[in-house]
Amino acid sequence: MKQQDLARALGWFSIGLGVAELLAPRKLEKAIGVRKRHTGLTRSYGLRELTAGIGLLTAEEKNLSPWMWSRVAGDVLDLASLGSGFSSDRNNKSKLTFATAAVLGVTVADVLCSMKLAEDEASSTRSVRHSVSIRKSPEELYQFWRNFENLPKFMYHLHSVKVTGGNRSHWIAKGPAKMKVEWEAEIVDDQPNHLISWQSLPGADVDNWGTIKFEPAQHTKETIVEVELGYAPPAGAMGALMAKLFGEAPEQTVKDDLRRFKQLMETGEIPTIQGQPAGRATSTTKYENYVRDLVSA
Amino acid sequence: MKANCWCGIGEVQVMDVPDPQILNPRDCIVKISSTAICGSDLHLYDGYVPTMQAGDVLGHEFMGEVVETGRGVNNLKVGDRVVVPFPIACGNCYFCDKQMFSLCENSNPNAAIAEKMWGHSPCGIFGYSHMTGGYAGGQAEYARVPFADVGPIKIEDGLSDEQVLFLSDIFPTGYMAAEQCNIQPGDTVAVWGCGPVGQFTIKSAWLLGAGRVIAIDDVPERLQMASEEGGAEVINRNEVDVLEVLKEMTAGRGPDATIDAVGMEANAHGLLGAYDRIKQAMRLETDRPAAFRECIMACRNGGTVSVPGVYGGFVDKIPLGSIMNRSLTIKTGQTHVHRYLRPLLERIKKGEIDPSFVITHTMPLTDAAEGYKMFRDHDDECIKIVLKPGQ
Repeated sequence: MKQQDLARALGWFSIGLGVAELLAPRKLEKAIGVRKRHTGLTRSYGLRELTAGIGLLTAEEKNLSPWMWSRVAGDVLDLASLGSGFSSDRNNKSKLTFATAAVLGVTVADVLCSMKLAEDEASSTRSVRHSVSIRKSPEELYQFWRNFENLPKFMYHLHSVKVTGGNRSHWIAKGPAKMKVEWEAEIVDDQPNHLISWQSLPGADVDNWGTIKFEPAQHTKETIVEVELGYAPPAGAMGALMAKLFGEAPEQTVKDDLRRFKQLMETGEIPTIQGQPAGRATSTTKYENYVRDLVSA
Repeated sequence: MKANCWCGIGEVQVMDVPDPQILNPRDCIVKISSTAICGSDLHLYDGYVPTMQAGDVLGHEFMGEVVETGRGVNNLKVGDRVVVPFPIACGNCYFCDKQMFSLCENSNPNAAIAEKMWGHSPCGIFGYSHMTGGYAGGQAEYARVPFADVGPIKIEDGLSDEQVLFLSDIFPTGYMAAEQCNIQPGDTVAVWGCGPVGQFTIKSAWLLGAGRVIAIDDVPERLQMASEEGGAEVINRNEVDVLEVLKEMTAGRGPDATIDAVGMEANAHGLLGAYDRIKQAMRLETDRPAAFRECIMACRNGGTVSVPGVYGGFVDKIPLGSIMNRSLTIKTGQTHVHRYLRPLLERIKKGEIDPSFVITHTMPLTDAAEGYKMFRDHDDECIKIVLKPGQ
């Protein structure tokens, strides 16, 4: 079973328990061997369970771990409350022991599930898909892209790509904080004039893959180019940094890359204003920041 | 070189800046002989177009002599005399192929900014904010012209700068505004705004077969030009209720086509005018669409409202109900100048029109700051200013 499915199941469990605690607190207390009335406390625990349950059932799959950790915190509270129950002679000890054992079992499941989810989320793969129409034949576009050494001409986060022989190539990208991120890649699917699919080989700084498809448009003399790029940053702090390989806004980066690909293929050049006169001390960095801020605003 | 730079709201200054250089294979460099101040430059001057940066070189109506070509430009050679269209178009993309050059998909390096503001990006434009590319403009001694193998049109000797300069923008803009009205022989066309674009719209409406042209403004010398040069019947909006008078003039039906040659800084009387001024000052609407509203209300049922006037962002109190219930057609757009260069040059050569009639002032480029102020304030009956670099 997937961790996410387990989390959802635990969400339903929270709902069930929460409803019981809210609607029939006294019955529940008797069942676990508590003699004195604590209906207010039990009902508040019921609300807590319902909140966690709704969270787990409605959150997106990649955001489940905080809700799972809230269940773990609830388990600790439940265990503390049950523990205090043992100090009163009026309570049914055997029923209390059984209840505590049950909660302990659920706690173990909650902790394991939370840890696994958190790990998955940190190293989760990201992928971006975008498409564009280009007034060139699938053949021309395929030929240009198939030589990966052309890619840095319009993918500005790439420093260089060297074809090392056959289907293999060595990629160097500009990482965050001026780091270089490198990997070997291999073409895993190559359908001339139609599709290229590539993937990094084990040992990459960042596991990544990509697919580009070239489809002739139905009613125009254009080719519809669809790109999907994906990457899985390694776990840990380094991974968090690497996750920014495509910048803060990967969708925009891929859009800009594809726009430049179109410009280069259709016009033979990439329009620019870098280096033109202006009545100010030219500061390229400042200008680029200004444009970036506008776009990400 | 000397170049006229935008320095902030209400402030332009001729500064010494580096000479432009070829940056891409399809660029050329033009040594500018004549350049003009456009009404749409006033929107920049008054600070209503976002994404201007202090130091940007202004100007999108210019012509001159080719002094350098990139290796990708084979149709021009050094020494050619050219007029440069204000929109920059690649000539290769889907829209260029459809002759819709101002929608070129490739010429705006800052297309992402335009997409944020407008959903999709139009072409790049010379000297017209960073949203449309941030290209240095032509109120300068030299300009870099991208895609020079597509835009500039060669001009033979025998025609003066003044006769052909306005092929760069306002003549084609007025012509397209009239053409969009699908004028049938005898149609009545009403034009709001008798600035330079309005004047060319009036002339173009006649060229395209209008039976009657009515011009609306409140600046006496502009109305006078519309009447004497343009042969239009004129309405001074300060003196009468424009909508009422138009109804009277057309036996209640309204003009077949109405044209908004005013744009985003229209002034209106009364409550609605005050409303627009306050909302624009508070940045709650970017443009003041008073002329556009009148164009809609005045147009006959099933008629066409054509909008060459420039708008930048968001407006409100647009009578959409009037548009819908009365089957109006709205036609607008930045001018596809490239499409009109040759046919309109032909008309100039044949003597059907001499565009120099609109010029009221000629001054050295170095006086640009004075020129902007004069043009904005209608000082000295100013209608159109041509600047001469190197004087």
